[in-house]
Amino acid sequence: MKLKSVFINTTNCITPLGLDVETNIRNISKGISGIRLHKNLVYAEQPFYASIIENSLIEEAFSSVSSSEEYTRLEKMMILALMPVIKKMNPVFDEKTILIVSTTKGNITQLSTISETSAQSADLSLMAQKIASFFGFITEPVIVSNACVSGILSLAVAKRLIQSEACNQAFVVAGDEFSKFVLSGFNCFQAVSNEPCQPYSVNRKGVTLGEAAAAACVSANGQNALAEIVGDGAINDANHISGPSRTGEGLFRSVERAMKEAEIKSEQIDYINAHGTATSFNDEMEAIAFNRSRLGNVPLNSLKGYYGHTLGASGLLETVIGIESLNSGKLYPSIGFDEMGLSQALNIITQNEEKELNYLLKTASGFGGCNTAVLFKKAK
Amino acid sequence: MADKNSFIQSWCTIQNNKINLNGETIFESEPTIGFADFAKAAYRNFGWSYPKFFKMDSLSKLAFIAAELLLKDETTNETETDIALVFSNKSSSMDTDVTFQESIATKENYYPSPAVFVYTLPNICMGEISIRHNLKSENSFFIFEKFNPGFLSNYTDVLLSTNRAEKVLCAWVDFYKETYRANFYLVNSTEGLEHNETTIKTLFNT
Amino acid sequence: MEAVKQELKEKIISVLNLEDVNPEDIKDTDPLFGAGLGLDSIDALELIVMLDKDYGIKLLDPKEGKAIFESIETMAKYISENRTK
Repeated sequence: MKLKSVFINTTNCITPLGLDVETNIRNISKGISGIRLHKNLVYAEQPFYASIIENSLIEEAFSSVSSSEEYTRLEKMMILALMPVIKKMNPVFDEKTILIVSTTKGNITQLSTISETSAQSADLSLMAQKIASFFGFITEPVIVSNACVSGILSLAVAKRLIQSEACNQAFVVAGDEFSKFVLSGFNCFQAVSNEPCQPYSVNRKGVTLGEAAAAACVSANGQNALAEIVGDGAINDANHISGPSRTGEGLFRSVERAMKEAEIKSEQIDYINAHGTATSFNDEMEAIAFNRSRLGNVPLNSLKGYYGHTLGASGLLETVIGIESLNSGKLYPSIGFDEMGLSQALNIITQNEEKELNYLLKTASGFGGCNTAVLFKKAK
Repeated sequence: MADKNSFIQSWCTIQNNKINLNGETIFESEPTIGFADFAKAAYRNFGWSYPKFFKMDSLSKLAFIAAELLLKDETTNETETDIALVFSNKSSSMDTDVTFQESIATKENYYPSPAVFVYTLPNICMGEISIRHNLKSENSFFIFEKFNPGFLSNYTDVLLSTNRAEKVLCAWVDFYKETYRANFYLVNSTEGLEHNETTIKTLFNT
Repeated sequence: MEAVKQELKEKIISVLNLEDVNPEDIKDTDPLFGAGLGLDSIDALELIVMLDKDYGIKLLDPKEGKAIFESIETMAKYISENRTK
């Protein structure tokens, strides 16, 4: 049976580089990063680098869509991300229109005063339900919480649900907030860089954390679409819960699965928007996996140098930007990269470039040994 | 969509210190003992030898026990088996999130633990099972308000009919403050109970 | 020194949840990682936290840990020389 073709119809994002895609692209094309040095005792004793959205920007933007006080900062970010997507698509909210929410930690900041009520207000389904009700969805939201692959996995999930005819249209929103919780955790893993992160560089010292929300509409309607989702795979390493496989096994298999489904060969892939967290193990693992799939020559960047690691938002946010590249033919440098620091070659983009692009590969990997690869084709 | 038929070959529930496998109670402890002791007693009872079990958080221990019972005759260390994991719950990793939050709450006693932090993601329990059973396979973790047989059966059928996996281990695995529930079932394309929402609801009494 | 070694064995067993291991099973010169007790990278990070919390020693470079955590003997020596509590 021939499966339906599935498309990304429209996208949006809320980041330190702007509250819409156009502003984000303008800043990225000028090489501007959202990463700053912060001195804030609420989060840490020591100064730290992070990519954080100014509260006043969120508050001001949100005040123009709602005067309600009941939404948390992250919920506001996610509603703002989704708002123009819903407006543009103007959906009928029936039983075939669903909301997919991607997040790792959701409203975890609510836990900072530990009590029964704080644990309840950090509940992920409550958060998703609030967002669904804000817009008027009548179906129960589907929450994808699969560590750092959540954002990109949620697009694969949307595609699979549309192909199974469980829904006709999926609105995907992905978001995670910068928090003391996550900063403390990455710190005790000795995984936070004391400088802005440098994906793939020999000088890389770990991640820089960030926050963002991103949104997309996914459907079987290819009219005026931005891209077609042509293949995907989300395969576990079965190796270690906190470290990636030394052979890149799960990522390699996810990429192979996506290419097989799309019926394309590695030489047809024009651009890889990779995970590139700037930890020593992750970046090396990606180099091994991509070379196993004969993708070492394909222009590749990590957007972590612009946004830091935005966790459950990252996969979708980076796809939103990647799709802009796919359609404009403009490739942006992987900022933070200087000298090659991998055992195998990757073709890291170091300056603004223009070329004809047809296929984009987006990948991510995360704790728990998870990996996801999704292939996008330019919608003509 | 149903290009292929699908069947439930086995199922397991764990709640209130009682383990049921394919409808029969195979192990239980006094309802008064805590989950950690119950989990240890179950581990000893089945004669397992996997020291990493004791490093896991409660959610992973709960998932591990159920998966062990359903996969023990399905997988070997030597060969790979293509069993996808589709897991879900309500409480995410909140039980461990609270433990971790307590370790960073005060300046005087700020000692975040990496062994706790790693479990502050619900999908880690799938990672543990993938490692134990050598499953280099499709994984997805979903959060719902309550056990959602309709979603799980549909998503499972997608994985099977698009040849993403030979079998799918589906789960609802929820743990928060000593209240827990595991509903696990293994789905294949050849034989067993008919795999659909109604059967799942009947098996798990929901 | 002997007291520190005994204390370390008990702490390691409890902090790293080593079920079915008794302090007397761990020899002072046994390798802790790899073949020995089979500890892994998360355990190493956990031992760094233990050094800080219980002995007031801050290891800023995790690479230092490799030599220190080689065995009970090397750990006890390092702790005796560097402890601040």
